[in-house]
Amino acid sequence: MDALTPNAAGLADAVEFYGTRVTSRLLLGTAQYPSPAILSEAIRASGAEIVTVSLRRESGAAKAGQSFWQIIRDLGVKVLPNTAGCKTVKEAVTTAEMARDLFDTPWVKLEVIGEDDTLQPDVFGLVEAARILSRDGFQVFPYTTDDLVVAEKLIAAGCEVLMPWGAPIGSGRGLNNPYGLRSLRAHFPRVPLVVDAGIGLPSHAAAAMEMGYDAVLLNTAVAKAGDPVRMARAFARAIEAGREAVIADPMEVRDMAAPSTPVMGRGVFGE
Amino acid sequence: MKILVNGESADTRAGTLAELLGELGLGEAIVATALNGAVVRAVKRAATPIASGDRVEILAPMQGG
Repeated sequence: MDALTPNAAGLADAVEFYGTRVTSRLLLGTAQYPSPAILSEAIRASGAEIVTVSLRRESGAAKAGQSFWQIIRDLGVKVLPNTAGCKTVKEAVTTAEMARDLFDTPWVKLEVIGEDDTLQPDVFGLVEAARILSRDGFQVFPYTTDDLVVAEKLIAAGCEVLMPWGAPIGSGRGLNNPYGLRSLRAHFPRVPLVVDAGIGLPSHAAAAMEMGYDAVLLNTAVAKAGDPVRMARAFARAIEAGREAVIADPMEVRDMAAPSTPVMGRGVFGE
Repeated sequence: MKILVNGESADTRAGTLAELLGELGLGEAIVATALNGAVVRAVKRAATPIASGDRVEILAPMQGG
């Protein structure tokens, strides 16, 4: 079935990532929240079924990771471990392998960062790491740019999901290149596509969904909002609205006005 | 003997990676491990000896975007 066709069988509208169906089209990051309690409440309010997590060095004394993991487990959400901060193929592959052992999932949000100012993906390293990991049984969610040829190579490397950026991570700029994102959607009508990074406002997320994207992944826009729980709810609604709009099949845009109120039968006054 | 744990020098009497985690109070913790750059899965730790000068990485779940 085409991803954009409403389900004739009346099943809940859902998206599939590597055979796993989820109905929430918001994937939420878990970093930078004011407190563990707010993190937990924001995830609940967002309705997200998938959250991103990472790995960092653990000290025997602090055990910060253990308490964080307890929170995530209590929420019962699926985790998508990332390779954030990795700059080489080897680092990313090793981090992914450790994540698979730790989180017991073949899923990995693959990040190979090429440049510090923009945190732009190193797409050459990304494709190579995606090939190695896919061959090793991983189900790779590549954080990539909106470059169509890179996307083709990621698919050839074994990726069944693509996650192009909207704008640089944490920038909140929204969709920097709507044309590029639209081209990707048109070119890969059946590949699950997720806009990942750069989203600042619910309207950005709604716009991505209206383009026909299958889901949106964001973190900072919720975590750094004045009221993260409320913002999580706002994003959930915007993403639902955008999705509903695609299924509803929007009207054509016209250059000239067309009266929406019928002109026939209106009263005639004066001469 | 001296080894490196997460980039810092440490003294240990542990003979295996599993014993080292126990020494550090991480015996029951949810962590992933690597020895000299190679991943050692949880099930292999008890059978993985460590030697002087080894580099051990111990990673735990952390917040991420």
